[in-house]
Amino acid sequence: MTTRPRIKLPDSAKVGDLIEIKTLISHLMETGQRKSADGKTIPRHIINTFTATYAGAEVFRAELHPGISANPFIAFHMKVPGPGEFEFTWIDDAGTKVVERTKLNVV
Amino acid sequence: MTHTKQSRAISRRAFALGSTAAVAAATLPTALLAQDQQQAWEELVKKVLGDAKPVEGKVAIEMPEIAENGNTVPFVISVDSPMTEKDFVKAIHVIATANPQPGVATFRFSPLSGKAAVTSRMRLARTQDIIAIAELPDGRFLSGKRNVKVTIGGCGG
Repeated sequence: MTTRPRIKLPDSAKVGDLIEIKTLISHLMETGQRKSADGKTIPRHIINTFTATYAGAEVFRAELHPGISANPFIAFHMKVPGPGEFEFTWIDDAGTKVVERTKLNVV
Repeated sequence: MTHTKQSRAISRRAFALGSTAAVAAATLPTALLAQDQQQAWEELVKKVLGDAKPVEGKVAIEMPEIAENGNTVPFVISVDSPMTEKDFVKAIHVIATANPQPGVATFRFSPLSGKAAVTSRMRLARTQDIIAIAELPDGRFLSGKRNVKVTIGGCGG
């Protein structure tokens, strides 16, 4: 997880609006099923958890398994409760944690 | 002349017999494998549901009918729910019945979500049924199913 994740929010939103949040992060999502050229199983290495909070409250959480494609794209919704900031967290099997914060422009 | 005809007939029969045996030998392990697979996803469904019986419907799985590349098959799963404090969808469990590891993901929502819907991409090893089970706060479950035909399988298998 070397590159920064990408987040797409609407340019602005009003309180009570239903918005879609799109997220994308680079990750191999190694399934643990593949074998290398010398016949050894390549160990599993995936992002296993993704969480999204807004103004400190959990909006959405995903527990991912090897069935999720490489470079996981996840999109979900939120009904805007008021002004605030998103905090997105990705955690992989190696314990690497990527945290991204994005303010929502509430008008 | 007749001799040649006969020997040809025999050889053809021998070939036919031989190929039947080969087919039988080839299908046997596959059949056993398929059985294991069925157990894996059935166990997973059981783990999610416990003793509860899901109600079919209200869960929509949008996926391509034919996926050319099993490595990345887009999906949108949504549940018809008002998403209020009392009546919302707690989670959606996604299961790919014929994948070596049938669990795809569990998506957890809150009333703050506003809509019980998620978009992502999954791996599919081969043509199979995808099952989505929605978990409600009162312990009830809803379910939906969709078949996707896969041209080239994913999962690095």
